[in-house]
Amino acid sequence: MSNNEVIATQNLPKLTAKDFTTGQDVRWCPGCGDYSILAQMQRSAPDFGMEKEKIVYVSGIGCSSRFPYYMDTYGFHGIHGRAPAIASGVKLANPELMVWVATGDGDLLSIGGNHFIHACRRNIDLKIMLFNNRIYGLTKGQYSPTSEKGKKTKSTPFGSVDYPFNPTSVAIGSGATFIARSLDRDAKHLQQMMSRASKHVGTAFVEILQNCNIFNDGAFELYTEKDTKADNVVVLEHGKPLVFGKNNEKGIRLHGFTPEVVSLEDGKYSLEDLWVHDEFDTNPTRAYILSRFSEYPELPMPIGVLMQVHRSSYELDVETQISTVKEKRGEGDLKSLFFDGNTWEVA
Amino acid sequence: MGKEIQILEDVTVRFAGDSGDGMQLTGSQFTNTTAIFGNDLSTLPDYPAEIRAPAGTLYGVSGFQLHFGSTEIKSPGDSPDVLIAMNPAALKVNLKDLKSNAIIIVNTNAFDQKNLKLAQYEVNPLEDDSLKGYTVIPVALTQLTANALEGTQLSNKEIGRSKNFFALGLMYWLYNRPIEATLAWIDDKFKNKPEILEGNKKALLAGYYYGENTELFTTRYQVEPAKLEKGFYRNVSGNEAVAIGMVAAAIKANLPLFLGSYPITPASEILHELSRYKSYGVKTFQAEDEIGAICASIGASFAGSLALTTTSGPGLALKTEAIGLAVITELPLVIVNVQRGGPSTGLPTKTEQADLLQSMFGRNGEAPVVVLAASTPADCFEMAYEASRIALKFMIPVILLTDGYLANGSEPWKIPATDQLKDISVPFRTEKEGFYPYLRDENLSRPWAIPGTPGLEHRIGGLEKANIYGTVSYDPDNHEVMCKLRTEKISKVVNDIPDLEVTGDEDAELLVVGWGGTYGSIADAVNRVRKQGHKVAQAHFKYLNPFPKNAGEVLKRYKKVLVPELNLGQLSHLIRSEFLIEVEQLNKIKGLPFKAVEVEKKIIETLGGKNV
Repeated sequence: MSNNEVIATQNLPKLTAKDFTTGQDVRWCPGCGDYSILAQMQRSAPDFGMEKEKIVYVSGIGCSSRFPYYMDTYGFHGIHGRAPAIASGVKLANPELMVWVATGDGDLLSIGGNHFIHACRRNIDLKIMLFNNRIYGLTKGQYSPTSEKGKKTKSTPFGSVDYPFNPTSVAIGSGATFIARSLDRDAKHLQQMMSRASKHVGTAFVEILQNCNIFNDGAFELYTEKDTKADNVVVLEHGKPLVFGKNNEKGIRLHGFTPEVVSLEDGKYSLEDLWVHDEFDTNPTRAYILSRFSEYPELPMPIGVLMQVHRSSYELDVETQISTVKEKRGEGDLKSLFFDGNTWEVA
Repeated sequence: MGKEIQILEDVTVRFAGDSGDGMQLTGSQFTNTTAIFGNDLSTLPDYPAEIRAPAGTLYGVSGFQLHFGSTEIKSPGDSPDVLIAMNPAALKVNLKDLKSNAIIIVNTNAFDQKNLKLAQYEVNPLEDDSLKGYTVIPVALTQLTANALEGTQLSNKEIGRSKNFFALGLMYWLYNRPIEATLAWIDDKFKNKPEILEGNKKALLAGYYYGENTELFTTRYQVEPAKLEKGFYRNVSGNEAVAIGMVAAAIKANLPLFLGSYPITPASEILHELSRYKSYGVKTFQAEDEIGAICASIGASFAGSLALTTTSGPGLALKTEAIGLAVITELPLVIVNVQRGGPSTGLPTKTEQADLLQSMFGRNGEAPVVVLAASTPADCFEMAYEASRIALKFMIPVILLTDGYLANGSEPWKIPATDQLKDISVPFRTEKEGFYPYLRDENLSRPWAIPGTPGLEHRIGGLEKANIYGTVSYDPDNHEVMCKLRTEKISKVVNDIPDLEVTGDEDAELLVVGWGGTYGSIADAVNRVRKQGHKVAQAHFKYLNPFPKNAGEVLKRYKKVLVPELNLGQLSHLIRSEFLIEVEQLNKIKGLPFKAVEVEKKIIETLGGKNV
């Protein structure tokens, strides 16, 4: 654990996943990846080190944005794209709250793109979970800003001519200080990422590759299915070389700025030649290269924490500024408010 | 040489020059001094949209008008008695507004070939008889300022910039005003630039003494202090008054104030003002856009702040969907719309009242909100306070309408005694027993249960909610109940607001009904007409949704109702549909406030043209 993470110090009652479950019927399609995300959150939340009344889930619009209704904490189901803005208001008003954003690829990167990049830029302490299924589900199957070029959907019968966003690249470019990726189907890993995000101070972004079994089924099966996962996913761990494959027989080496897959079996390369992951590298270049892996079919999909750096968080800077001014000028009251500037008396 | 002193009841002066000439500063300094001197006053700045329009052009002229007097002053004055024209363009643009025998003080140095051409003068107006009838006082302002500042370290450019202080000094002399307040202001403003500080002071004093010594002026004017109500005063613009009102409301509500805003003319000063109030715990969030601004405010409201968002017309349009969210989540929120000329980008720096119907109806679904409007710059304080009080008490979004004229115009504000302000605090819900998010009290208001409160964890949002329980509900009957409840909440507010007040003649045939920022011009017009012997009454709406309880009765009491508005008839539309009565309209949509004389003419016409 780095010094960027906060350690819970309170003596909290021991909660369980059940304490975070609401009575509301969960209304996602049977088989949706969102169920797993919800389950992992309910399992992780007891370990956030936070009373549940201090946790808030804010969402926008879309399938994923139903999320707050199912967590027995405070929740706000907002309007399309605006979750980061609503959540920013919640966090600024009360920095003691732990504020999560549950959002989808259309919600966060299309209609809400502006709020997302500015939240990252400010480094406000929001934990943003992107449920990326690369499709519009709730509106029944149009391409999204993360859909691959050429994708045939209801609104692109001849294939999409849009070039997609790479969410982690956008987050890095926008200045987020914690960037991770996980899979809906990898329960343990997803819990780890949620837990890590919960402890980060600043904007934490977690892209969760999530299967929409109705409109984009199998979009990520290469990364989730037992027989293909090992060859197509590399699990990032701090201080460890990038190794993958069924028998850990493949590695990734950086050749200049170009990553390449090398065999660890033919005697040409050994573990020492490989790229060693440094989560805390303050230079975002390598994290950016990692974020681009998904653009190249020959490279595996990295999951884990791509980067975590320290930068003062917006809401704490706001608090600090206020207390500094109060110290300097004294706490304002009605009298000082009214008599500020030129006043005169009519006797 | 002694000069004659003439006593005047009231005077309207206008300072005009290039947008880089410092006319707004000169005007506001003259205003401050005049306020401290004890006159009642009203101001109207008029500046171009361009920050620094090309020098000398007609469209780059910036003006500042001040009406002050020893009697009650309600409007910035129809026609200036005095114009200070810093260049030919300023003369040309403003000449048509002046009284027929007005005094024109011109900077002769600026009347060169280049500037005359830019102002589209073929002949120098100072040299032909086009200014016949006016009292033209030619002053070589640029040259005299340069003479006064000879030997200082200032560059020619910096010396040129000081000429507005020379003009201000001259005006102080002409109207017999003290110069100390401006000297003190210069000391403070330029404390880090000692040469400029000295230069400006010298220019100010030189202007003052020039008036004393030149033979151009044979008369000085004296405007005695006004008989204002006893108490402490401060000159405020509408935007300042909104900011002060919101901070006061937060203090009296015992809540932190949160402002989410995005810069937009003419509302930005509220953001500027509030961002100064850090020592009051005010949090100002300059968001990435208008939508982000209101959404952050909604989030802050959910988390227990007194939440405010400020904007102008196009911004209000962008906030539309989020206002609906505040309606359905039943959260307190104050939305200040400083109206400007529309549609679209329209006339950003000009005033208009054309967002009334947008405020009333501009949302999807049945989404009623409370709509208030301030009537004068100082009244912005009271209405901001009222907006907060109603929003908190009824857990409801409130739109407060001001406008460009109120926002930038100023007048003396009587500082209220701090114990005079109503207590507007509301308790947060903490009791677990029997809690549901959409429980209703006698005002139909729901409990404010903020995150951090143990045991009250709940979810709200933009989907329709089951009454009382607050769970998502698609039930048809429930939706109808909720739509009606949200509307009924507005009608509950009726019991909580003052009646519509009528001034003027009880037995009048005509009632003149305005709303918002036109109050001063209408009041001036009604007074004038009454002085001529006509029977006229005036009522002014500050509460537009809901209308005050007695509004219908008042409107039906008079044979004729005249509604002057700076739009094409939006209040008229509301009155007709709400009260089923016919009204006469007076509409002006030029980006400018009413002149009292325009309303006066229409009143006479409506009365059948009878001149008593």
